[in-house]
Amino acid sequence: MLFGFEWDTSGPLVFAISILPMLLVGMWVTIQATVLGFFMALVLGLIWAVLKAAPSRIVSWPAKAFTEFLRDTPLIVQLFFLYYVLPEFGIILPAFMTGALALGMQYSAYTSEVYRAGLEAIGRDQREAARALNLTTVRTFTHVIVPQAVPRIVPAMGNYLVSIMKDVPVLSVVTVLEMLNVGRIIGDRTFNYLIPLSLVGGLYLIMTLVASAGLRLLGSRLPKQGIPLK
Amino acid sequence: MHWTEYLPPLLQGAWVTVQLTVYSTVLGAMLAFAAGIGKLSRNLMLRAVAVAYIEVFRGTSLLVQLFWLYFALPMAGQALGLDLRIPPVVAGVMALALNIGAYGAEVVRGAIQSVQQGQYEAARALNFTPRQTLTAVTIPQAVPEMMPSFGNLAVQNLKDTALVSLISLGDMTFRAEQLRNFTQDSTTIYSMLLLMYFGMALVLTAMMRGLEHRVGRWRKVGV
Repeated sequence: MLFGFEWDTSGPLVFAISILPMLLVGMWVTIQATVLGFFMALVLGLIWAVLKAAPSRIVSWPAKAFTEFLRDTPLIVQLFFLYYVLPEFGIILPAFMTGALALGMQYSAYTSEVYRAGLEAIGRDQREAARALNLTTVRTFTHVIVPQAVPRIVPAMGNYLVSIMKDVPVLSVVTVLEMLNVGRIIGDRTFNYLIPLSLVGGLYLIMTLVASAGLRLLGSRLPKQGIPLK
Repeated sequence: MHWTEYLPPLLQGAWVTVQLTVYSTVLGAMLAFAAGIGKLSRNLMLRAVAVAYIEVFRGTSLLVQLFWLYFALPMAGQALGLDLRIPPVVAGVMALALNIGAYGAEVVRGAIQSVQQGQYEAARALNFTPRQTLTAVTIPQAVPEMMPSFGNLAVQNLKDTALVSLISLGDMTFRAEQLRNFTQDSTTIYSMLLLMYFGMALVLTAMMRGLEHRVGRWRKVGV
């Protein structure tokens, strides 16, 4: 029994159907972790991108070194670090939050590059035109650069959303009950790993295919020339 | 325990990590070429197999693949009357290689498709055999195109080897976990572990850059 559901081991198909609700509970946790991790990656990545673009090297160099470090070390080790080391400094977070934070940290290194590339793609001529029109720096940013950068940034960010989803099972090592962990627990208790783990794989395939289709739809709807301003 | 005492077990694990990275990257590169070329094949059967492989391994999580190979495959074998129990090291290398190979296949396919059509027309005009076209036109132009992405994938693969500690393979992360259980000195051990992975990634990146530079010269060399 798990999450109040009973499994029925009398036959393969009956077993698969009886464990599906438990796996769906796990899937819901996976989706929550994905969304929260992605949100943190978007916020942290933006912070790193701004720091890396800073005119002073005292600011930009440490930011570059730190994001390189985040990118080059395994998620699972970063997760262990956060999970076991933060409490030593008095910061005690629930496992789920620590996991989402680790996902956000790891992927912020990637998203910061997406922001940078998206902003750099808006050429110098656009900035010069904005200056010729006497737009203030803030207005140039909000009315010229951002509306054109967003359609370029969104597709790349979408790919990282799918990558984060596929990395959520790593959170099982700190006891987060996401889908793979649920599948493994069912396997441990029923001595049948084949059906739960195959179902988890199949459900993952459905999740990524749905997410990719959604992102393609979003990509086709994006205004290629930039968000029109009223 | 002084931090220097952590080094011998960690280095022992580091050697396992290096071996896993090398084996799975090389095996993964072979799979990438096979599936990437297979996806461009005119043979429908071959194309279907390549597409199915790429979609399944890119569409599911590496950890799911690893657990499936290690826990579920033996049961699938039992149902079929085969002995498919595999040692952790084989499961680890297989899962890593199959996973990275699927990502690499898309890189290979993209690079081959990036060779301009005019190049093939020229090769045909010069009466090149298909084999000559492959070795003198496609490979020298497509392989340098793949190298930057392959470099990223190699680092990705190095990072992914840390997951095999979960099927009790004695890699660097596994040794660190053992040390932490024994000493409870998490801060020192995990800081060292992070730095060691970082160092290995920097070395690997430098090596892939060197390879990229070498392969880049193929573009200029004639037949």
